[in-house]
Amino acid sequence: MSDHVSTVHTDEQTTTTTTTSSTAPADAESEGDSDAPTVTNGAEAVVAALRNAGVEHLFGVQGGAIMPVYDALYAERGLTHVTMAHEQGAAHAADAYGQLTGEPGVCMATSGPGATNLTTGLADADMDSDPVIALTGQVPTGLVGHDAFQETDTVGVTRPVTKSNYFADDSETVGDVVGEAYALAREGRPGPTLVDLPKDVTNGETDSVPGDPTLPEYHDIPQTAEGSAVEEAARALSGATRPLILSGGGVVKGNASEELREFALEHRIPVVTTMPGIGSFPEDHELALEWAGMHGTGYANMAISHCDCLLAIGTRFDDRLTGGIETFAPEAEIIHVDIDPSEISKNVHADYPLVGDAARVIEQLQAAMGEEPSAHQWREQCQTWKEAYPMTYATPEDEPLKPQFVVEAMDELTPDDAIVTTGVGQHQMWAAQYWTYTRPNAWISSHGLGTMGYGLPAAIGAKVAAPDRDVVCFDGDGSLLMTIEELSVAVREGLDITVIVLNNEAIGMVRQWQDAFFGQRRMASEYPWGPDFATLAEAFGAKGFTVREYENVPDTLEAAREYDGPSVVDAFIDPEENVYPMVSSGGNNAEFALSEDQL
Amino acid sequence: MSQGLDGPRPEARETPEGRRSPQGIRLDPKNGAEHEPRRTVISALVQHEPGVLSKVSGLVSRRQFNIESLTVGSTTNPETARITLVIEESTPGIRQVETQLEKLLPVISVRELNNDAVRRELVVLKVHGEKPDEVHAITEMYGGTILDAGPRTISVEITGDEQKIDDAIDAFAQFDIREIARTGQTALARGEEWTTHAEEERYERTTTVPNE
Repeated sequence: MSDHVSTVHTDEQTTTTTTTSSTAPADAESEGDSDAPTVTNGAEAVVAALRNAGVEHLFGVQGGAIMPVYDALYAERGLTHVTMAHEQGAAHAADAYGQLTGEPGVCMATSGPGATNLTTGLADADMDSDPVIALTGQVPTGLVGHDAFQETDTVGVTRPVTKSNYFADDSETVGDVVGEAYALAREGRPGPTLVDLPKDVTNGETDSVPGDPTLPEYHDIPQTAEGSAVEEAARALSGATRPLILSGGGVVKGNASEELREFALEHRIPVVTTMPGIGSFPEDHELALEWAGMHGTGYANMAISHCDCLLAIGTRFDDRLTGGIETFAPEAEIIHVDIDPSEISKNVHADYPLVGDAARVIEQLQAAMGEEPSAHQWREQCQTWKEAYPMTYATPEDEPLKPQFVVEAMDELTPDDAIVTTGVGQHQMWAAQYWTYTRPNAWISSHGLGTMGYGLPAAIGAKVAAPDRDVVCFDGDGSLLMTIEELSVAVREGLDITVIVLNNEAIGMVRQWQDAFFGQRRMASEYPWGPDFATLAEAFGAKGFTVREYENVPDTLEAAREYDGPSVVDAFIDPEENVYPMVSSGGNNAEFALSEDQL
Repeated sequence: MSQGLDGPRPEARETPEGRRSPQGIRLDPKNGAEHEPRRTVISALVQHEPGVLSKVSGLVSRRQFNIESLTVGSTTNPETARITLVIEESTPGIRQVETQLEKLLPVISVRELNNDAVRRELVVLKVHGEKPDEVHAITEMYGGTILDAGPRTISVEITGDEQKIDDAIDAFAQFDIREIARTGQTALARGEEWTTHAEEERYERTTTVPNE
């Protein structure tokens, strides 16, 4: 039996050797004597698995139980570790990195508090289907269950917020487990995975070199939808008079934006997106109605309420999108394209379920489409709504700076491929509404979980993934305060990111709800005690700016953008400004409020 | 001061008259009525590994599935186990149970069984021992077995479908049931039909016909 196992490993070693030596000649050269990867313990097997997978960057924080893995990274020149200030920051940075590269972002933490701090970031990645792999240290297996120092049941804690997680209990196989977790994080519908690494397993001797990342054999994901179902769906769409495309985050993650754009243009079907789908269709196109949902545009919500056939791709029909289910697209036949069968009819019944990869299924639909829908009147109607519900805002002289102006000013200063990250709250909505997104992966935000503090660590992950692109983080004063410690990382790494604080001295979204639904009782939502962010930025070694007047906004933003390194612009905005349109929670999308008195 | 945006007020807008059911189903004559919950059996073939039961039960509680019973046991293959769930859900809810279960990595294959599936449950009842003859008679009636009989208590085993177990419990109530343990239902598809697809595939892949 053991002979058999070792033969398998020998085969895998041979394969690994071939690929490694061909892709990393520098390593082979510098090692001189041997170009075959070898390992001596579990931790080195973990690192070898990451190298096999093509990992270039890791985000993490040291700690007792994960030390063997860090020790194995010490001599590893192919992998760059970015030390974060807090494990939550590591998870968010890996999350943004994963979204931009399409490969799982790697985050690391020690046992106990390290792992529990990661958990928020994993839950965020889980809700938004972002590819992330977490490696956590664990107390030695002999101590597991004995409430040892820094022991937490990490696998138990993270089970509901990961796609899958693993307790690695054997040095011989730990590398392959990491490989499987990596492969699983990116395949099909992406998501976070976690491998818990007991210290005796990573310290344990082994010469077992992991093979390439492989998935269990029974776990296969359909790429194309059933032909007859595609034909029926195409017939329904061709026959519609009020057709609409709803493009979700799955279109971005599935790299299907190009296919979607061609399809929409050829059949001249208007397009709304979800928030995670922002940028999957260019917002400056005449068929674009931008994003729908609670704070989506009036025209997107009118269109989604009145359409008679909705082609929804890569969306899970979140309640912030649908409002009350009873009134969501109530007259539409729904064609639901998703790679995850469990999303079909989970929240909204799919008349035409098409399970498969977004790009492939759009191609199938394209091939099956007959005539373009006769939707001339409908397109005109959508244009009429665009004119009726403009996303305009006033800038009265006697009122403080409007946040919308700041967002638009920065959009004008930056190239089209700039990346926007955000925290969560009012600033996030303004950044989504008033910046014109024309390409996928330009909008990186926390949608499903709504994690305040996501923006800054995400900007760090984004800049590491895309060093040549502008990275702008819009944040709120309350949101930034939750992860401001990561500014130290941006300074240390010399990351040229611009953080713009839309500072209303409040957690403004809560304040807006208190004003609308809680009789203006502003309990615990006003933050006049917040720090001076410009001074704080300077204390971290970043460049700090403060701006309060319209006339100073463009120059200040330009100076911040020009600064070679991290900069923070503290923009004091009208503290009473609210986010509109707004569909009340569980309300009818067509009845969005344009001001507080309409709620 | 927040002015809000321009445009027709909500009451000035044309809003569609259609509606969906709470399950998100468009209410029109073609689609019919809302889905009523029904009781059904789901069989899952899973990897026989630590944590699998926790993953399945965690999913059930996290997704608020309405579950009647859950049983788990080994199979002839040491690497797999069978989990049998009895749930009460609407048809879309049952599809959710199936598709969500299938996403769990250690779950190999999932199927909702037909109504004609063979199902069994076992109950062990402990009643007061004052009337041994009558307890014996009722046990015979239900085809059960007396496991332990003493001057003060008698323990009885009854096996059957859910209805039979319920009836038996009612019948034994006259002796004052001291304690009761039910296993929950376990089931297989009837006849030549495979309970889950993975078993069929595996059988076809691995079966060699011996001595032929």
